[in-house]
Amino acid sequence: MEWLRTHPGLFLGAVGDHLLLSLTGLAIGIAIALPTGIAVAHRPRLAEAAIMLAGALRTIPSLAVLAALLPLLGVGFTPSVIALALLALPPVLVNTVIGIRTADPAALDAARGLGMTATQQAMRVELPLAAPLIFAGLRVAAVQVVSAAALATFIGGGGLGDLVTQGLALLDTGRMLVGAIAIALLALGTEAALGMLERHLAARVRGA
Amino acid sequence: MIEIEGLTKRWPGADRASVEDIFLTAPEGTSCALIGPSGSGKTTLLRMVNRLVEPSAGTIRIGGEDARAMDATALRRRIGYVIQEVGLFPHWDVAANIATVPTLLGWNRARIRARVEEVLAMVGLDPARFAARRPHELSGGERQRVGVARALAGDPPVLLMDEPFGAVDPVQRAKLQEEVLRLLRQLRKTVLLVTHDVAEAVRLGDAVALLRDGRLIQHAPAADMLAHPADAFAAEFLGADRMLLRLALFPVAALPVHAEPSPGPALAEGATLRDALAQMLSGGTTTAPLPGGGSITLADLLAFAGGGMGRA
Repeated sequence: MEWLRTHPGLFLGAVGDHLLLSLTGLAIGIAIALPTGIAVAHRPRLAEAAIMLAGALRTIPSLAVLAALLPLLGVGFTPSVIALALLALPPVLVNTVIGIRTADPAALDAARGLGMTATQQAMRVELPLAAPLIFAGLRVAAVQVVSAAALATFIGGGGLGDLVTQGLALLDTGRMLVGAIAIALLALGTEAALGMLERHLAARVRGA
Repeated sequence: MIEIEGLTKRWPGADRASVEDIFLTAPEGTSCALIGPSGSGKTTLLRMVNRLVEPSAGTIRIGGEDARAMDATALRRRIGYVIQEVGLFPHWDVAANIATVPTLLGWNRARIRARVEEVLAMVGLDPARFAARRPHELSGGERQRVGVARALAGDPPVLLMDEPFGAVDPVQRAKLQEEVLRLLRQLRKTVLLVTHDVAEAVRLGDAVALLRDGRLIQHAPAADMLAHPADAFAAEFLGADRMLLRLALFPVAALPVHAEPSPGPALAEGATLRDALAQMLSGGTTTAPLPGGGSITLADLLAFAGGGMGRA
């Protein structure tokens, strides 16, 4: 805590970098996963392939992804963001596909039978019904990205991970602990806040 | 009016047609119940009328217009659709659910609101209490009523119902059947109804169409079919108690009234011949008193039942 009082600027800068990394990575991941999920959900073969691919992507450790990107993209912000986007992809993609595929078939049959066009069915019924699951995927992705952003320090991406590596290198326990605790709190906070939003959303869609 | 001519559905890779060369007409303002064992093609036949299933061959005319030549979504907005699972949209309140078709048809808000209240009242739900509720706050029976209201909202001339009361408990079901029957008669809708329940078919259908393996076995007024099944399969499917079901289709007024009073409580207003028989059986009598005085006799009842369609 002593370190925090003497270096507030350094700390806040690291938090800012961490959030920027996480949000950019998450945004890119969602921007790719959500439309892909919607596009493949109605094509059983493609949907299965997408889920398998996402599963494979999920088993690769985040550090390995970072290391693999190093020779391809070098160091710094961009490769870190790409690695985080890759990490955000699987949970959003899988939950989008499953959310759409498990939307109440009776409601969809009614939507079609009452004369909604394919687009109206998707926008007015299918996606709203899939929303709680999609949002759950988003929460998992966000928490993973916030935690994994700590590793960006290894390829010079910055963020709170820097405090930990610096603390280790300088044998400065205070600095290291502040970094580590801040990362943990950020991840826990993301989980708690998005979890609350998710329950609210589920109650609105399904009623409960 | 629904006219079906030579309608056939052959799914790719299937060894036989799921619906084969069916001719069927439901005149304006009447209902036709499609019955048959599972796999007989009754639901496929129903779903071809609003083209949720595209026919392989044949024609369908709704009020004289060729349904297969129309845009499918435009066609569906002119046909009410009710299914067993109801399929209400859980994220919308009751009013928004009912407003589905009027909204798709581009009605203005005031007209939609008025129509929602009107159809809610028709199905026996108080608009003030139910319009803002969500589907999960409704009982099974209320949900099915909202489903019927949603199907009626666009004032379609034709209604398709697939096992509409299958998910409702038996006590609610009888009441719901009665009310919907009265409502559809009053609105003069032409109705095609799928059910696996013979009692429901003869109760709700002016005519009954019996299907087996995609073919139409018999199409006749309900009382006719019960009295004269076309073949052994029809007789077996309609059941050994079909004459009892048939008695339930006729009011006690179908029998001659005898002046002699009869002991026991009088039959209820609107009682059927089946109610009369039940009362005689439980009282061990051969006569039953009528609510307006006088009585009917078991002998007349048996003669009526044995006479098939001969007397009315």
